[in-house]
Amino acid sequence: MTIEESKGAIDKGDITPSDLTNDLLQRISGVEEKLRAFVTVNSEEALIQVKMAEERLKKGGKQALQGIPIAVKDNICTEGFRTTCSSKILENFVPPYESTVTRKLKESGYILIGKTNLDEFAMGSSTENSAFGHTRNPWDISRVPGGSSGGSAAAVAADMCIAALGSDTGGSIRQPAAFCGVVGLKPTYGRVSRYGLVAFASSLDQIGPITKTVKDSAILLNIISGHDPYDSTSANLPVPDYTSVLGESIKGIKIGIPKEFFAKGLDSEVEDSVKKAVKELESLGALPVEISLPHTEYAVAVYYILATSEASSNLARYDGVKYGLRVEGKDLLDMYMKTREAGLGAEVKRRIILGTYALSSGYYDAFYKKAQQVRTLIKQDFDKAFEKVDAIVTPTTPTPAFKAGEKTNDPLQMYLADIFTISVNLAGVPGISIPCGFTSNNLPVGLQIIGKQFDEEMILKISYAYEQSTNWHKKKPPL
Amino acid sequence: MNIDDVSLLSRLKLSDTEKELFAGQLSKIIEYTEKLNELDTSGVEPTAHILPMNNVFREDKLRNSLPPDKALNNAPDREGFFYKVPKIIE
Repeated sequence: MTIEESKGAIDKGDITPSDLTNDLLQRISGVEEKLRAFVTVNSEEALIQVKMAEERLKKGGKQALQGIPIAVKDNICTEGFRTTCSSKILENFVPPYESTVTRKLKESGYILIGKTNLDEFAMGSSTENSAFGHTRNPWDISRVPGGSSGGSAAAVAADMCIAALGSDTGGSIRQPAAFCGVVGLKPTYGRVSRYGLVAFASSLDQIGPITKTVKDSAILLNIISGHDPYDSTSANLPVPDYTSVLGESIKGIKIGIPKEFFAKGLDSEVEDSVKKAVKELESLGALPVEISLPHTEYAVAVYYILATSEASSNLARYDGVKYGLRVEGKDLLDMYMKTREAGLGAEVKRRIILGTYALSSGYYDAFYKKAQQVRTLIKQDFDKAFEKVDAIVTPTTPTPAFKAGEKTNDPLQMYLADIFTISVNLAGVPGISIPCGFTSNNLPVGLQIIGKQFDEEMILKISYAYEQSTNWHKKKPPL
Repeated sequence: MNIDDVSLLSRLKLSDTEKELFAGQLSKIIEYTEKLNELDTSGVEPTAHILPMNNVFREDKLRNSLPPDKALNNAPDREGFFYKVPKIIE
């Protein structure tokens, strides 16, 4: 069930929030062993929360998510509820405060059904870098769900929750959404507060919804968006009602098709599905225009310098002093070194080393500054494109979900899985992935729609029009 | 890259196996990032922040903050309202 459907059913009295939560908990216990989508399932507390939600409903409460179970990626702090980032170093970390997004969900009456698995500290594209088990793809459990929000995407696809939150630094919402056949939205940088999101790369990180439908995506975006005094990078701009544009005609809307995204390395079945989707959008009145984003091929290189540099600085706080794991050493330095050795996984170590190197004296200009300059060029590509078009349409990923273990020994190949999503974070623009077909192996394909900064309305409107004229989002994985 | 230097700078101990593995993998990644040198970026402003936003100030007023006991709740070792660490001064 979607948010829209469950809210309707609760309002009509067809289902109680307790039944809904119990059904989902039962579903989780049925498939979790295969999928490992969760780090922690909130089995007990959820049932208490749901009773309180029912009380409020009886008193005429009309909040948007009253009694609706939602999963939250385990790098978003939930007060009093363990938040691990799928890392041994935070295995027992219980946040003393609530993130702004979950505070807003709480105020809307949501039920926290559990915290979902991720690549450790959101570093990865397959959810295989978790210290607490590998999440698998509900469409084919020999494959990865994508990452780093793989747990959230798998949980939504497999009906283990009504919807979920993820976070996206280089594609971590959109790529798993594409691999799992669900809707994933990365809002404009600054649209949603990052307060309480455990920092990975602060100039790129953004929280967003992973849902079964475009409507649900708009509903959640309405709730989590907005300025927050606790996040000085959140934008002080009004938040529109994102559901109000759904259903508007897309006639005459110009959609840019960047030729660089249809080059070598694009899987032919993915290409086919995306081209058909463009035709479908055309038949709905949209006007496809070929455009160029000439610096696309540099995005992965820029990203892996900037993101690792920021990460090396952000993760310096895991030193065994204030929270998390501590391994005793012969002196303070030894304690730091041993704590981080024992607490962090291989990919996180690799990125800390790379980022420290890129920022180290003598290399800063060659790596970090150069990457920031190319980031400017990538941003300018988007600025130029948006002078001519209203939105940009691309494949979300170059291939469908790959096999578990396929890329774990080759970090560079893993990084290239994000080639179509990364430039969106670098430019700070919003992007959504929606289901647009299946391969002959019955694996979902994702269509990425990119908008201007703070124009989530445009990409939601186009996504909704496409979704309403197709049936991809109604297909369920054979679990 | 001198992996021992960077390991110390990172305050991150690496095993010999990790050092060998990372050295190979990271040199491949660094080689890949060198493609940025194909681009002439002279005169291009670096982007550190993507929104046209400057310093954000608030009034210098006392606000509520976490009570110390709560803030220290996750400390691996503490004494009263202090974090406890190995001896620093000889």
